Amino acid sequence: MPFVTPSTQRGPYDVIIVGSGAGGGQTAYTLSMEGVRVLMLEAGRKYVPAHETPMFQTPNLAPLGGSVTPDKNFGFYDATVDGGWDVPGQPYVTVPDKWGGRFTWWRARMLGGRTNHWGRISLRNGPYDFKPKSRDGLGLDWPIIYDDVAPYYDKVEMLVGVYGGNESLENTPAGPGDTLLPPPTPLVSDHLFMQRAPRVGVAVLPGRRAVLTRAQDHRTVPAKLHPGNAHAQKILAAAMRKRAPCLWATDCGRGCSVGANYQSTTVHLPPALATGNLDIITHAMVYEVTMDGSGRANGVRFIDATTGRHEHARARIVVLGASACETARILLNSKSGRYPNGLANSSGLVGRYVLDTVGSSVVGQIPLLESLPPLNENAAGGLQVYAPWWLYKEQLAHQLPFPRGYHIEYGGGKQLPDPYTFYGLEWLTGGSYGKKLKEDARRYYGSFVEFDGRGAMVPNDNCYVEIDPVVKDQFGIPVLRFHWQWGDYEQRQAVHMQETFGAIVEAMGGRVQTPVVTDPVKAISSGGQMIHEVGGTVMGADARSSVTNKWSQTWDVPNLFVADGGVFPYNADKNPTLTIMALAWRMSDHILERMRRREL
Amino acid sequence: MTDRRTTIKLIMAAAAGVPALRRASATDPTEFQPDPRVAVDVQRYVPRMNGYGPDPNLIKAYEKGELWPLTLDPQQRQLAAALSDLIIPADEHSPSASAVGVVDFIDEWISAPYPQQRQDRETVLDGFIWLDGEARHRARRPFARLLEAQQRAICDRICDASRAPADLQRPAQFFATYRNLTAAGFYITAAGRKDLQYVGNVPLKQFDGPPVELLKRLGLV
Repeated sequence: MPFVTPSTQRGPYDVIIVGSGAGGGQTAYTLSMEGVRVLMLEAGRKYVPAHETPMFQTPNLAPLGGSVTPDKNFGFYDATVDGGWDVPGQPYVTVPDKWGGRFTWWRARMLGGRTNHWGRISLRNGPYDFKPKSRDGLGLDWPIIYDDVAPYYDKVEMLVGVYGGNESLENTPAGPGDTLLPPPTPLVSDHLFMQRAPRVGVAVLPGRRAVLTRAQDHRTVPAKLHPGNAHAQKILAAAMRKRAPCLWATDCGRGCSVGANYQSTTVHLPPALATGNLDIITHAMVYEVTMDGSGRANGVRFIDATTGRHEHARARIVVLGASACETARILLNSKSGRYPNGLANSSGLVGRYVLDTVGSSVVGQIPLLESLPPLNENAAGGLQVYAPWWLYKEQLAHQLPFPRGYHIEYGGGKQLPDPYTFYGLEWLTGGSYGKKLKEDARRYYGSFVEFDGRGAMVPNDNCYVEIDPVVKDQFGIPVLRFHWQWGDYEQRQAVHMQETFGAIVEAMGGRVQTPVVTDPVKAISSGGQMIHEVGGTVMGADARSSVTNKWSQTWDVPNLFVADGGVFPYNADKNPTLTIMALAWRMSDHILERMRRREL
Repeated sequence: MTDRRTTIKLIMAAAAGVPALRRASATDPTEFQPDPRVAVDVQRYVPRMNGYGPDPNLIKAYEKGELWPLTLDPQQRQLAAALSDLIIPADEHSPSASAVGVVDFIDEWISAPYPQQRQDRETVLDGFIWLDGEARHRARRPFARLLEAQQRAICDRICDASRAPADLQRPAQFFATYRNLTAAGFYITAAGRKDLQYVGNVPLKQFDGPPVELLKRLGLV
């Protein structure tokens, strides 16, 4: 009976994990496979992708054609339930930046958290990304190097299943050659991008996404991931056999009922539960880490959202994977006479150096792609090809007005028509209606391409969270107050994105839907909008300048760890989820080693 | 974290700058209550009466009117059908908009409790009044009973806001909204997908990509 309640939990547990997403899921997987008894606490409800995913539902079956609403911020069929920019009963406070912009905080209160909804884009940080300050003098270095994490990138790619090419470019590494699945065949629009982007100096590679382009190799991978552990191998092989390869249909943002893409609920939790070593309590809103008298954590307090009762769960080790800002909130709310500034906060840095990704987008219309014959271009349900950052040398030589790069996520094709497909077509049609509109729709359908820049952010002192002195959530838990201010570097980078995308659209023989934005304030996404927030409990080389050490272990409390993006001292342009999983696995191995040595 | 295909919808919706279907702002101003203490805003979830809430059943097929009561009376439905069919008439490829339920789609849309839809409701209902007024002024009949040529004479003046005279900007905005809604309601149906020769959303054993002959013709190989 792996799903338990506060009254049926089967302690004693070795480890409590708060959160069930990428970090919590990976930690639960690694530890339970090695026989550690784990209790996972998830704030939201149980969620079962096999039964709940709207796989082939067409938009006409949904309210409002599946459009975006305040209840479902990414459309009706998005996998996220009980989540979004607003969560019922769980407010937060934002201090507007000097331009009136506001940080917005995406949450998903559900089993698997935000892994149920994401682009599945799985890029490795490169060597520069771990030592950015050493390279250009800005921000913070990680206390680890690429080689420390590379073996864990290999493992995570094999476990979750990531497609991609094996090309290695500057600061854009690939594994040893057998960790990735084959990339999907490019679409017509992908071919055009691959042909034309080099004209403006941009090289295009196969995308990397956590989607199974073929069945996982359940015969060889389990032994590579769990050498010497026959039981774990057997469980993983069975779990891999239960996942089907991609059906080449439906959008991955809906989730996947056949397990062809990565969701914690599909990949991490089923084998962890199958070990019998993992218990999960849902509706458990954790608000405090509790301490014994000797400076060690002994459990967490939470509110059972189904009863409203305050509960206490105990374990020898506590791992926070509640998401970067929620983890900081729990630590800051774990105040006591002995820890007046919150727990693990002797540095005063809990909540500091919150980072997001720089985002900026351009849509183009390409005459060459008009009126193509019928094509099934659903493909792998997301990014097929992308362009990694290409101007490292120019940046090092200070030839660009911003120090860090971005990659280009690209998309096009004849996708499932939805209410937005022919929205605002006047810029092309001059306002046609009648039979002419129907002709125009046929002509332009599938001729649009989109460029999304995703860029690195240098940490700055103006981006942080703290506990609001007044506002509490429905449970009575004090809420976060967000402070946010993009730096000049990020804004200039966003303008560079716009200009580059405009140039690529031109090289593709197309036109941009709206003029490229050259105002730095307007070119950039708002804080939090990319849903890549990391930092707040950053790792570092010493206890004065960071919250955790290189093992994601808090300096102040030896049996308290952080498994989510909170430990990132720097947010490279690479999407953070793969790195969160790799670091969580690395942290879990360290916990296992220390447990075996009886140090924890 | 945002899925690319979701982003494209939001961007295209946001960039065109016309009200209908515009992305419900990530930080809808109506969701914020200013905090009197300092220049700080509290992001609060405001319960949306009669909306489907944050955890709806995603599997079932929804009927129009099931989640919130509909608005249009028979006369308004006639007008809605006439205008929808002027925008998307039947042709050799597919039926007209009203024949595939677009009036019901629009009725559901303008009856919804969400801020964007409430705004579009005002635009559409005001537009209906203007359109019938214009029809009666010109021909002493409601719009739905005009000849197609008469209907087109009215709509030609408002079908492109960038060319519409200043005193017709609001009707032009209405027409843009209504065309967006008609196209949305039409192309999400099976008939609309067929018209576009959309052939996806079916499980495949493998994905072969485009035919080489096509790539050659386009100069891409």
